[in-house]
Amino acid sequence: MSNTYDVAVIGAGSVGVPTALALKRKGFSTLVIDKFSSPGQGSNKAAIGGVRATHSDPAKIRLGLRSLEIFSTWKETYGHDIEWTTGGYAFPAYEEKDKDVFQKLLEIQRPYNLNIDWLSKRELLDVVPDLNRRDLLGGTFSPEDGHCSTLLASRAFYDQAKQEGVQFRFSERVEEIKKENGRVSAVKTDKGTYRCSTVINAGGAWADSFSLPSEYRLPLLPESHEAGITEPVGHFLGPMVVDMRRNSRSSNIYFFQIEAGQIVFCLTPDPPVSGLDRRETSDFLPLVAGRMIALIPSLASIRVRRTWRGIYPMTPDGSPVIGWIEDFPGYFLAGGMCGQGFMLGPGIGELITRMAAEEELSREDREILKILSPYRDFKKPEVLE
Amino acid sequence: MEELRVRSHPVLSVPDRERVRFYWKGMAVKARGGEMISSALFANGVRVFGHHQKDDAPVGMFCANGQCSQCLVLMDGIPVKSCMTPVEEGIHVEPMDGLPELPKIREVPESRKTEKIEVPVLILGGGPAGMSAALELGKAGVRCLLIDDKQDLGGKLVLQTHRFFGSIEAVYAGTRGIDIAKILENDLEEFSCVEVWTNSTALAVFSDNKVGILKDGKNYVLSEPEILLVTTGAREKSLVFKGNTLPGVYGAGAFQTLVNRDLVEASERLFIVGGGNVGLIVGYHALQAGIEVVGLIEAMTECGGYAVHRDKLVRSGVPVYTSHTIVSANGTDRVDSVTIAQIDSDLNVVPGTEKTFACDTILIAVGLDPVDEFYLKAKEYGMKVFAAGDAEEIAEASAAMFSGRIRGLEIARTLGVSSGSIPEDWYETMNILKSQPGPVRELDDSYYGKGVYPVFHCDQEIPCNPCTSVCPFNLITIDPGDIMKVPEYRENEQGKGCTGCGKCLVICPGLAITIVDGRKDTEFPTVSIPFEFSEERLEAGSLVTALDQEGTALGDFPVLAIRKAGKRKGTWIVKIQVPRGTSDRAAGIRVQDPEVTVPLDEPISRITDDTIVCRCERVTAGEVRSHIREGMTDMNEIKAATRSGMGSCGGKTCTPIIERLLAEEGHRDDYTENVKRPLFVEVPLGVFAGVKDK
Repeated sequence: MSNTYDVAVIGAGSVGVPTALALKRKGFSTLVIDKFSSPGQGSNKAAIGGVRATHSDPAKIRLGLRSLEIFSTWKETYGHDIEWTTGGYAFPAYEEKDKDVFQKLLEIQRPYNLNIDWLSKRELLDVVPDLNRRDLLGGTFSPEDGHCSTLLASRAFYDQAKQEGVQFRFSERVEEIKKENGRVSAVKTDKGTYRCSTVINAGGAWADSFSLPSEYRLPLLPESHEAGITEPVGHFLGPMVVDMRRNSRSSNIYFFQIEAGQIVFCLTPDPPVSGLDRRETSDFLPLVAGRMIALIPSLASIRVRRTWRGIYPMTPDGSPVIGWIEDFPGYFLAGGMCGQGFMLGPGIGELITRMAAEEELSREDREILKILSPYRDFKKPEVLE
Repeated sequence: MEELRVRSHPVLSVPDRERVRFYWKGMAVKARGGEMISSALFANGVRVFGHHQKDDAPVGMFCANGQCSQCLVLMDGIPVKSCMTPVEEGIHVEPMDGLPELPKIREVPESRKTEKIEVPVLILGGGPAGMSAALELGKAGVRCLLIDDKQDLGGKLVLQTHRFFGSIEAVYAGTRGIDIAKILENDLEEFSCVEVWTNSTALAVFSDNKVGILKDGKNYVLSEPEILLVTTGAREKSLVFKGNTLPGVYGAGAFQTLVNRDLVEASERLFIVGGGNVGLIVGYHALQAGIEVVGLIEAMTECGGYAVHRDKLVRSGVPVYTSHTIVSANGTDRVDSVTIAQIDSDLNVVPGTEKTFACDTILIAVGLDPVDEFYLKAKEYGMKVFAAGDAEEIAEASAAMFSGRIRGLEIARTLGVSSGSIPEDWYETMNILKSQPGPVRELDDSYYGKGVYPVFHCDQEIPCNPCTSVCPFNLITIDPGDIMKVPEYRENEQGKGCTGCGKCLVICPGLAITIVDGRKDTEFPTVSIPFEFSEERLEAGSLVTALDQEGTALGDFPVLAIRKAGKRKGTWIVKIQVPRGTSDRAAGIRVQDPEVTVPLDEPISRITDDTIVCRCERVTAGEVRSHIREGMTDMNEIKAATRSGMGSCGGKTCTPIIERLLAEEGHRDDYTENVKRPLFVEVPLGVFAGVKDK
């Protein structure tokens, strides 16, 4: 096996694998290096699998739209079943202030032709008949969003990438990005050195540890969220349901029913739990269970199978960091996915490939890159996380 | 139809419980009040409990221990593990065919906050180890909470109808397991500082050092003990072969639960895979319950269990096939036969040696794995944690009791409550009790032929000596420095010899002592043989077939007398008259008709490759193997690619099998282990929310 590649991608996760696939399809010889022993073992396998375009800023909306397209057409394009379901996202509102926020958000989203609308209580109950009806005011629903199996999708991207000739190195730790003649020359790991002129840092929650120039500090604030899965039951729930009501211990919760019939659920703790600890805690289940049952009372009798904890590599403004590192030519950063690496990864991979190929970028691409620039001020908070 | 119940048993009393009526597929059927749904279904002839949602395969009982979820049924519309859910009058039970529909609840139910309990010592598992530890802690006055997921304490002791090995003073040797459970439970009641929760399952050990408990099957409780003791016992290993998930293939422990705990006639004719103590004992238990045992296979050239256990089985008329493996379980929706074959020294099937036997049940007894996930998590999370019994190391229940006592004392010392040191010889005793059987020794037969004397059919070194404790004249000795040694008989210095009292014969857990008495008739002495089957099978004056230690028939001999040994149910002493010479070899009486053990004329071969690795997700060995051959050595990746381990049992059954497949493909150590996550068993979301009962 040759030790020289056009591009080395650090991280075989939600962003790294789709990026490597896109690069290879464009003709770049590509190597992916990961410290874990198989693909998706970082935060990818902890993701629950929701994919939406209905974000609140143009960068994520556009990347989301393209990702949605890739996921939803994956099976017909490549053949692997990733259990894609166009089930939509539902945000029920039980309080006037939530209704106001959702409706204001619709105004922001409208110019991008997103299929999202406010539904009355009755209309929303047609979509999610088991919602708790008491005090329900209605909610927004975006029918073109959806969900798939993260495990199957990760596997599908990986198999496709391998089939098309992407090389993978697992259980290898990147130690240094080498520089020669002022630009990237190689990636050195604990097991070898691979020559390359471009390196894509898609190291997720661990992205800040790979030879970034000392002048540049990636503002990565990893947090952990816990998630769980139930036993399978007959299908009763179409969309991803998101409950945005904040309480004293948590901000939002969200869950959906996968094709196999299981409910996958996740909770955002408030205050956030910072750090890289992925060990399960005793707080999660009582907290999330009460909230899920308050939203869909029938869930009281579904049995919980397993719980786990994953990392959200957050940034101060809640948006990913994507772009070339100015003082280190050939070094591309794709990190700080804020828990949305899975749903944005395929779109980001294609954008990175356009940049690596030095294609003329569209106005939309340039707008995305401005919003997600590593050199932005990171101040603007998102309306909807 | 007639319920399939064990109606008479040589050791167990058939309970006279109130009858209840429930509905299976809309038909009224009867049950014994309080028994588990699974046992009631078995007693009514039901073996198929549902069909898998993935491939419609029939699914039935597998672990009978609350671990595997194969026995799921719908009770009044809600999925329950039938082996852990008692029958109630009037319930409607339906098979789990495909996915259940979630029952609709319209209003948000009332809920309470999660209860937090303070206790210095939490013990997970009320079997021999946990109870023994709790007793020592009780004596030291340490407040502790002992939880167990079953309705009754005792763990696997409640299934053990045989007398225990070991020594009387250390571990109740010579007493039956079921009786030891009662003794320990009664002793525990003396100590008010020991709280016991039955029907309470540990769900998880969390990184914040809290232990989640499902109390009384319905309330979620969190405990943060100073010290955790894990005495969760063992789970049965599984095996991959064609047809291995057919209803009727299940674990030996599950069978003991059905037969010895619940007195269900779980089978008419069974076959056993595995010649360790568990397999050997379960065969004997089956015979005691009136169930025919077609045979037992062992892959090695010798059985791994105690020779005395093997001997008990073969001299009852059950053939033991060593160097044999199971080829397939045959049948369409339940087992109707088993195919076995001889294997060579590389464990490959020798073509042409296949034999097929008719049977309705195949018991898997190929060893045990420690239930150590709580221990490992607690250790990883920096808790003060101890383990005892099988959860620490697989061994006999006698060793579990002793290791429990030691851990109890160690915990008391750790807490600073007890300062007494633990006798050094306790550790030695524990290690001896854990010993594998040793070599076979030549027994002294120099005293045979004179008057009355005991004959030991016990020539293998095992940790056992109750015979030495009961002889009124101390004529039986085992090297006091080594309990492993074989027994010796000698007249004492005053010339006093055996009187034929029979105490040694009755207490011997291996039923391996006979008494030959030639005082009346030197040419035709009487031989007293211990007999643990229903005495109805014998009649004074009739002829019985006597067998030697190895199960070889010695001839048919008349029964002179049948006498009950002691007041309690259990052992009979049968006197038969046997010619001199042969009399010293007679070790047992055949109870099973040899016809039972004859193979079918037409060997059956199974064509379909339905060798299942992951029962929950129906993943085949072929699928897993092909991924391994493609280079997958991360079990997490195999899981993601196949769903093996993602089912309701949480990978308890398939993880060791996948590890074995990895080893077979040359990855004995260089593979990545599965990341283990809570929960231990599935629990409704409402329980975590503290939803109050209606």
